[in-house]
Amino acid sequence: MSATGIGAAVRRKEDHRFITGQGRYTDDINRPGQVHAYFLRSPHAHAIIKAIDTEAAAGMPGVIGIFTGADLAADKIGGLICGWMIHNKDGTPMRAGPHPALAQGKVRYVGDHVAVVVAETLAEAKDAAEAIAVDYEELPAVVDTGTAAGAKTVIHDEAPDNTVFNWHLGDREAVEKAFRAASHVTKLDLVNNRLVPNAMEPRAAVGDYDAGEGVFTLYTTSQNPHVARLVLSAFIGIAPENKLRVIAPDVGGGFGSKIFIYAEETVCVWAAKKVGRPVKWTADRTEAFLSDAHGRDHVTHAELATDAEGRILGMRVKTTANLGAYLSTFSSSVPTYLYAPLLSGQYDIPAIYCEVDAVYTNTAPVDAYRGAGRPEATFVVERLIEVTARQLGKDPARFRMQNYIRRFPHQTPVIMMYDTGNYGASLKKALEMIDYKGLGKRKRDSARAGKLRGIGFSSYIEACGIAPSAAVGSLGAGVGLWESAEVRVNPIGTVEVLTGSHSHGQGHETTFAQLVSDRLGISIDNVSIIHGDTDKVQMGMGTYGSRSGAVGMSAIFKALDKVIAKGKKVAAHVLEADEADIDFADGHFAVKGTDRKLDFGSCALQAYVAHKFNGQELEPGLKEGAFYDPTNFTFPAGVHICEVEIDPQTGVTRIERWAAVDDFGNVINPMIVEGQVHGGIAQGVGQALLEGARYNADGQLVTASFMDYTMPRADDLPSFDVGMTVTPCPSNPLGIKGCGEAGAIASPPAVINAITDALGHEEIAMPATPQAVWRAARKSMNRMAAE
Amino acid sequence: MTTVSLTVNGRAVTAAIDPRTLLVQFLRENLRLTGTHVGCDTSQCGACVVHLDGKAVKSCTTLAVAVDGSSVTTIEGLASGDALHPMQEAFREHHGLQCGFCTPGMIMSAVDMVNRRGHHLDEKTIREDLDGNICRCTGYHNIVKAIAAGAEAMGRAGAPLRQAAE
Ligand code: FES
Ligand code: FES
Repeated sequence: MSATGIGAAVRRKEDHRFITGQGRYTDDINRPGQVHAYFLRSPHAHAIIKAIDTEAAAGMPGVIGIFTGADLAADKIGGLICGWMIHNKDGTPMRAGPHPALAQGKVRYVGDHVAVVVAETLAEAKDAAEAIAVDYEELPAVVDTGTAAGAKTVIHDEAPDNTVFNWHLGDREAVEKAFRAASHVTKLDLVNNRLVPNAMEPRAAVGDYDAGEGVFTLYTTSQNPHVARLVLSAFIGIAPENKLRVIAPDVGGGFGSKIFIYAEETVCVWAAKKVGRPVKWTADRTEAFLSDAHGRDHVTHAELATDAEGRILGMRVKTTANLGAYLSTFSSSVPTYLYAPLLSGQYDIPAIYCEVDAVYTNTAPVDAYRGAGRPEATFVVERLIEVTARQLGKDPARFRMQNYIRRFPHQTPVIMMYDTGNYGASLKKALEMIDYKGLGKRKRDSARAGKLRGIGFSSYIEACGIAPSAAVGSLGAGVGLWESAEVRVNPIGTVEVLTGSHSHGQGHETTFAQLVSDRLGISIDNVSIIHGDTDKVQMGMGTYGSRSGAVGMSAIFKALDKVIAKGKKVAAHVLEADEADIDFADGHFAVKGTDRKLDFGSCALQAYVAHKFNGQELEPGLKEGAFYDPTNFTFPAGVHICEVEIDPQTGVTRIERWAAVDDFGNVINPMIVEGQVHGGIAQGVGQALLEGARYNADGQLVTASFMDYTMPRADDLPSFDVGMTVTPCPSNPLGIKGCGEAGAIASPPAVINAITDALGHEEIAMPATPQAVWRAARKSMNRMAAE
Repeated sequence: MTTVSLTVNGRAVTAAIDPRTLLVQFLRENLRLTGTHVGCDTSQCGACVVHLDGKAVKSCTTLAVAVDGSSVTTIEGLASGDALHPMQEAFREHHGLQCGFCTPGMIMSAVDMVNRRGHHLDEKTIREDLDGNICRCTGYHNIVKAIAAGAEAMGRAGAPLRQAAE
């Protein structure tokens, strides 16, 4: 392994600009003549707009234009789309209402977009927005996930019972049979709490229009600028793709929330032509809370059947998923194909059946948030497993070991074909790291100090690198999920790689360069990674679902293969040898069995000067592209163990230890991978202990700032003990499985299992705040006293 | 309009501004020093931390006119020429950043922490002292390591220490 090649903990190339304040985020971009947009948002969760009077506002200082849904409609600007078609149990398509970028006659959640004011300054735009008079007729709000389907109030006429779809997966009859044969059935009611992604950089957009060229440019906080361009062109109708450039510069975190194509970005780019000036919008934090797509929000009943020996026979799950007031870009896929196919976890479960009802409510749209469906599935599986072990009086680690899948490939009853893994090895390693043997003593020590100590396990699996395109297409996806790469070798042997992946914290500028450096045998400093601009990179699918390593880097790998193949042809001419006799290793093309060789940079120069070969027979130049379509999902898996100590007097839970052992397949940069794990765990711990988006009965978001929504801070978390096992992924050339979401997927059930262990198996909902834990601890103590 | 005069990163600046201009707006919009970020509107996240006369403040909660005559250091002014400040170097070396958005505020807060609490900072101290800064990416694990290492390195570099009066 070279110091900068695959497997090395290379320090990040991108860091210099971030630590010196020279990052370039969307809000840092200012265009000449730029004006500011401010969105007037609905204060009501559900209301008919009877009239909008903008006259007084239009005359206010600095105002350049005020636009409403009627203006978008007049310009034939289409609504926002949901790109994944789900079919109901009866085969009919899901029932979706329209999603206009600016409201058309009705508002459906607090924060819904009513009008936009464009003014010289932001302050002037805000002042004018206050002067817009909207005549609302308020309607009752539907807020609660569990009861939305039965509500009298209808949010979209297209979905008469507020139900978007009733979907299912699995073999119901096989499951019924398994449950009839069971000697034990565990039943759990679970809520997966609603979260706000809260990337630290708020969403922002700068729309620009070049009247001379007729070209729109949108600078935006996007994880997938090409998908944004596609949707804005093909569906929303801003401009054809060749007249629309989307640039996602440095992006300050995404976690899913910046995948989607939102109203504000759409309106800014459209309005730039309307007003003939660049239009800028940056969300303030409360706007982010109100209008970024939220995550999770499931209500689930789940059951697990086991036989007399403690072997799992079957699982049935009934989930209601809240999709909010409109269907966001990939919302429908999250509680369906990103959820139910993961319900087998790491276990050999012969029969699984899952039903999902997706409902509209008068709340912000809900879509993918770090893990997207897989944390929800893992929470169901790992809570069921833990509680079953307890009810059967079995050690939770041993019960897992007993039911793990051992042979690969393994076909689950819910679509997935797991290719490889070694779940027992991860568990064993994690048990050592957490010193499971010493737990009894630690529990006694805590008890002596008046504290309650508990341990919780989570054996998660995720499916990453969502693919192959034909397969996801057959499941309803509107796009293919391949990735593209182009490797441009310059005449002196430096390399630019253009990738359709997008980095917003993942460190692609380093890891992708490591791959190139490793394969071509050139210095990492001679490699530049270019991404995030549709004018530079032809097409790409962006970064989400932990796909950039497994899919994005595989595309680069493929393109590098082509570069090397072409280089061999050039070298053969230069070295006057047969192409078949040329080897490439350590940055040199060499003639087999001789000392004649040509270094990579000289080969590049020869390719461009084209003196040594016939340009008709071999094209000059050295530049190759590739599209990589995966052949299967990848299946990262691992075990996280959390140990907590609870003070029953205050209800405060401290995480004392955290052991994580993940199998991500081959790892390019362990430092970056561990960082991904740390961040994921923190978000999962946030979900388990601190975070929860709450709407009141009127549909007001009462947790709309960092004062009300508890973000994990440094002193809420411990340091994490992170280890790895490796079974290389067989379905891609690098053997990579993906690591971006594992922490967020694994951690919530680990925390809750630990807390319920400490509380004598008293159940508790997320977030397990001190108040909730204090109550549960009292209940548990009363119960134990009564027993 | 009101006139403010400040020294920013060692340079004297004078500008006529709307009196409601926040220090962070003044830095970002008037001076185009966009390294200082805005992550919230309730003074909670610390993305906007700069040094005002040597002490960390949240520039999103500070009116520019209120600090007339002061000296401000932003992330852009922390390095001396090409030589990174030890705390910047420590964040890079210990992978204390991912998306980089919280990073300028984190680094400015970290330097201030060392000024107040010395060069030998244990994990507990760092975690408690960092409660005004939110990072969504790193889980703080590597930020804590970076700050501990940066603090030590500042000691070795002989960076002047300003112990808090309290
Ligand atoms: S922007 Fe100043 S604390 Fe958040
Ligand atoms: S590095 Fe992204 S918020 Fe801290």
